[in-house]
Amino acid sequence: MSIPAGVIGEFKDVNVIMTAAQKINEAGYRKWDIHTPYPVHGLDKAMGIKRSIITYISFLGLCGGLSTALGLQWWTGAVDYPLNIGGKGLFDWQFSIPVDFELSILGTAIMTVVGLFGLCQLPTWYNRYQNDESFKKATDDTFVVTIDSDDDRYSAELTATFLRGLGAQNVHTVTA
Amino acid sequence: MKVQEQAPIREPLVLGNPSLHDITARIASIVESKISMKYLMTVGFTGALAAWGLFALYYTITTGIGVWGLNNPVGWGWDITNFVFWIGIGHAGTLISAILFLFRQKWRTAINRSAEAMTIFAVICALTMVLSHTGRPWLFYWLLPYPNQMNMWVNFRSPLAWDVFAVNTYFTVSALFWFVGLIPDLATLRNYVKSDLARKIYGFLSLGWTGSTRHWHHYEIAYMILAGISTPLVLSVHSVVSFDFTVGIMPGWHTTIFPPYFVAGAIFSGFAMVMTLLVIAREVLDLKQFITLKHFDNMNKIMLATGMMVGYAYGMEFFIAWYSGNPYESWVFMNRLFGDYAWAYWTMVTCNVVSPQIFWFKKARRNVPLMFVISIFINIGMWFERFTIIATSLHHDFLPASWGYYSPTWVEISIFIGTFGVFLTLFLLFSKFVPVIAIAEIKGIMPGSQPSHHHEHDHAPHAAVTEGAHR
Repeated sequence: MSIPAGVIGEFKDVNVIMTAAQKINEAGYRKWDIHTPYPVHGLDKAMGIKRSIITYISFLGLCGGLSTALGLQWWTGAVDYPLNIGGKGLFDWQFSIPVDFELSILGTAIMTVVGLFGLCQLPTWYNRYQNDESFKKATDDTFVVTIDSDDDRYSAELTATFLRGLGAQNVHTVTA
Repeated sequence: MKVQEQAPIREPLVLGNPSLHDITARIASIVESKISMKYLMTVGFTGALAAWGLFALYYTITTGIGVWGLNNPVGWGWDITNFVFWIGIGHAGTLISAILFLFRQKWRTAINRSAEAMTIFAVICALTMVLSHTGRPWLFYWLLPYPNQMNMWVNFRSPLAWDVFAVNTYFTVSALFWFVGLIPDLATLRNYVKSDLARKIYGFLSLGWTGSTRHWHHYEIAYMILAGISTPLVLSVHSVVSFDFTVGIMPGWHTTIFPPYFVAGAIFSGFAMVMTLLVIAREVLDLKQFITLKHFDNMNKIMLATGMMVGYAYGMEFFIAWYSGNPYESWVFMNRLFGDYAWAYWTMVTCNVVSPQIFWFKKARRNVPLMFVISIFINIGMWFERFTIIATSLHHDFLPASWGYYSPTWVEISIFIGTFGVFLTLFLLFSKFVPVIAIAEIKGIMPGSQPSHHHEHDHAPHAAVTEGAHR
């Protein structure tokens, strides 16, 4: 007894997949995706994907890094153990700049990667289509459309026919 | 799809117009092919160099840095020279991967992966040098601010403390950037390789990447942010390295030109090292299809430009030494020209300023054996630049009674050779087991790989034809 995972279809032409992406989105599908070997410019827009929030996550990282740097240098130097070195100030923003800058960058970089992994749910070492031969071509030379069986508009036959109508080849259902 | 008549046809970035599958197969074949005897012997040789260097390092650590040639007044020698040398080499990797990415220089895609790898390995060598130079590297954590029984914190007014933050940040961010770039290519290998073990390893490392457009959307923005922050980072790291010198009051070090001068020199030396490695890798791994003469031509132009910047800095240092009216400053610079280390100074000028001038000629920029030789010259010259800066300022300072001379012992020389061994071994392992060319990025710049028009609101299919012309 196998559970249906969804319908899969292959595209070779980048211009065809652009049109198809828009049509599938307009048809009201929501739980679907296009797997491509490289990022295709504008395909995300054609699919109706909203702008990523990753920039805000990165900005949080920047704020975290910067405040850590300022707090660390001020608290250690001027509060916890004030140490007069050559008559220089215990804390001055001028000398704090290099460390402020480096930790801001570090915070941004770490949060960008954490955000990327979080939003893409990486690592996920399982995918319902992973054993399908068509699906494996997505990292090679094929644009692979997958429409999941738990989409509200999913119907094994009609969805497959719809995909064929858009120019997909080798359309078939996949069971998980 | 007619290209305008008078528009010059751009030289292709990938020769022979391979299909997307050809590209996958070509790069993956490096990983798939059996390990050859030649490869094993090369790794054996570089591994032996690394082992010899590690032995010298072991000897240093167990005995103390008295085994080096350092003395009073020359307290910094090959250790810091090598540190600055290696960290500088790393900078070309970040320049290629980040700055050229922001400038939309598509030719970077063929060389960015190996340049980024080179950055990480170079920074590892730099960290080795700077840690061993501390004398008691097992107490490295004293460099970091951590709560301890003495209630002491690091002195954040010191550029040496800044350096700890700069170098560690640089290493971390470079590694993250490199790994994020690798994820899609590791997924490509996961789906391509035949061996079960290899599939499991690449599958594990690729974190389950599927090429989903929803993921690519986040990925592209994340990659852009990483490139955007790496750009100021690379400029800051070598500026901070130069602060180690400029914040001191030594004549010859205490100058404001150092940060830009060091950054230009870093990029210059890094490109030379990328060139050295790529000329070999292109030949050995047969990557002529992807790394073309056009790539080398561009890199040689950058080397010419940065070489001139470095040459300008050399000249400006002399001008300021005279113009400042500071007798110590001007004496130090005359001492560079004619003093005990004049041989190092003139080696530097010949290699860094004179030798790249040949790249004014297009024929020279496309002559592979010649550029290989010049790149070696630049590597040597840039090492001598750091040595000149460090040794000439220290060996004769304010007080003639404390003047001295410095030469390295076999231990320092062995450690330096060892860092080359480590660097080359890591690079060889990388070039065999990791995709040396960014597969996904190369595919994205192939002619016809991007849609010829964006389907935002218009459906007119013939709009494709006119727009296709300038792609």
